[in-house]
Amino acid sequence: MSNNETGSGGRGTSTTAAASAEGRRPSTRPGTGLVTVLRVGSSRVGYETRMYFRTTDSVFFTFLFPFIMLAIFTAAFGSSGNIGTAPDGSGGISVGAYYLPGMLAAGMLLSGVQNLAVDIAGEKGDGTLKRLGGTPLSPLSYFIGKIGQVLVTGVFQAALLILVARVLLGIDLPTDPEKWLTFAWVFLLGVITSAFLGIALSALPRSGKSATAVVIPIVLVLQFISGVYLQFYLLPDWMQNAASVFPLKWMAQGMRGVFLPDSFASLEQNESWDFPLIALNLLIWLVVGLVLSRVTFRWIRKDT
Amino acid sequence: MELSFPVVRVRDLHKSYGAFEAIRGISFDIEAGETFALLGPNGAGKSTAIEILEGYRDRSSGEVSVLGVDPQRGGLAWKSRLGIVLQSTGESGNVTVTEQLTHFAGLYPRPRRVAEVIEAVGLESQAKTRISKLSGGQRRRVDVALGIIGRPELLFLDEPTTGFDPEARHQFWGLVRRLKAEGTTILLTTHYLDEAAQLGDRAGVINDGLLIDIGAIGEIGGADARVPLVRWREPSGVLREKRTPEPARLVAELVAASGAEPAELEVIRPSLEDIYLGLVRGSRALNDDADANTADLLEDDTEVLA
Repeated sequence: MSNNETGSGGRGTSTTAAASAEGRRPSTRPGTGLVTVLRVGSSRVGYETRMYFRTTDSVFFTFLFPFIMLAIFTAAFGSSGNIGTAPDGSGGISVGAYYLPGMLAAGMLLSGVQNLAVDIAGEKGDGTLKRLGGTPLSPLSYFIGKIGQVLVTGVFQAALLILVARVLLGIDLPTDPEKWLTFAWVFLLGVITSAFLGIALSALPRSGKSATAVVIPIVLVLQFISGVYLQFYLLPDWMQNAASVFPLKWMAQGMRGVFLPDSFASLEQNESWDFPLIALNLLIWLVVGLVLSRVTFRWIRKDT
Repeated sequence: MELSFPVVRVRDLHKSYGAFEAIRGISFDIEAGETFALLGPNGAGKSTAIEILEGYRDRSSGEVSVLGVDPQRGGLAWKSRLGIVLQSTGESGNVTVTEQLTHFAGLYPRPRRVAEVIEAVGLESQAKTRISKLSGGQRRRVDVALGIIGRPELLFLDEPTTGFDPEARHQFWGLVRRLKAEGTTILLTTHYLDEAAQLGDRAGVINDGLLIDIGAIGEIGGADARVPLVRWREPSGVLREKRTPEPARLVAELVAASGAEPAELEVIRPSLEDIYLGLVRGSRALNDDADANTADLLEDDTEVLA
């Protein structure tokens, strides 16, 4: 945005004179420009994160949900033996270890898609966005705030999940640094993609009240077909292929590639972790989310 | 020169939603430093007009300039010079008053000091309370605080005192007068006509999408609408009222004629509210033949009420 259209002459009114006569902060800070966009954006990350943790719904249904699911799966299936055992019943990994990657992927999806779609649709409905639209807040700063909030809460959630897995469930974690590097890029790419898709999806609900009713079924179905709750290799081919169209399948596959033993790669569709394909699919969805966010985002619905 | 250019300039503004014409051609100016009250019944087009000026809605036709900029093309630099207090919203409010104001102050290039604004709206003891825990009137004061935190040149106040108790309303009037003294131009809508009379320099009355009157607060409605009204009950039991520029003389005549104190005597000097109601009813009557005929049937200027 440029400053030109207002000109400096327009400010030379008695208002400005009176205001500066009070002798406070002169107009040195730029009103617009990249520096301001970034400064305000980073201040919004803190503001948004604070709001997130103060909202019971988001803490329970987004932040704690993967923990609850992990606890349920471990409790329900833990006694039925390991997964991926040899014919003689030896080897394999515990149920908790098998579900950890899925829960991490679910956390990425929930923190991004579910959290932002419901959050922004709510802000549209309750007047938050209308108020912000009347201030000199750049939509870019607003996006930075939302994506930053997703990153901060997503990282915190994943770190806590891994800690719980290690300390409470005694799950072995990868020791190879290369695995952690893979974790880092799959996680970052997945979370940012989820965040943009969440912003895009927030345009769908007609009101803040209907947001959860619209968003949660979508997210839930994706989790069932993408190998989060159900073991992916047990799903029929057509369902695996359908899931491959959407990003969650690739996030879950990437997380399995990091946390499961390499012998499990043979259970994947192409009998390999397919990391380049994961990167490609997530990147495509990132671009789709970015474009849809930009095209659909409005401070208010203009009814003309 | 730009210095003499009005802060708000509206010419032949039209706005339609499909077949419905919400605004049917209004024109007015607001000069720098002026407090302008836009009055009108619900659904008259006030909010639509204000939202067009604020840049929230696009007009169908006509010219609009706000601080020298077409609101449809107003950028962030333009928005930083405005303060907007919308009609009540229902935000979740999971932040404290201070947190919210500090955050909003950071959006503007020359904000007011947060503590000073909190004091100005009288929320010092609620500064560390979450907005969701405040009463309706206190939340409304937060709205007003957010509207002025950016030190606006032009402040929009859309029914700002809804939910205020009388004391809070008087405090708010003091705040608006201080803002005005600092040179802030203010566009106010309100359903409280005494508020418009207290704060406004000029007023415009909108009804059915048309500006039916505009002028200084002390002159709106015309001189005739301000003629005092004398009301009394005759010994025969009929309630009468008469408009006269000399109410004392009329009362003296009544006393002389009957030789006694007239029953239920009132001398009424029309308030802005009376004048406003007269204007709105008048413009409705023009739109409605039946009403106009009823008005004609009333005997000259003495009205028999009951």
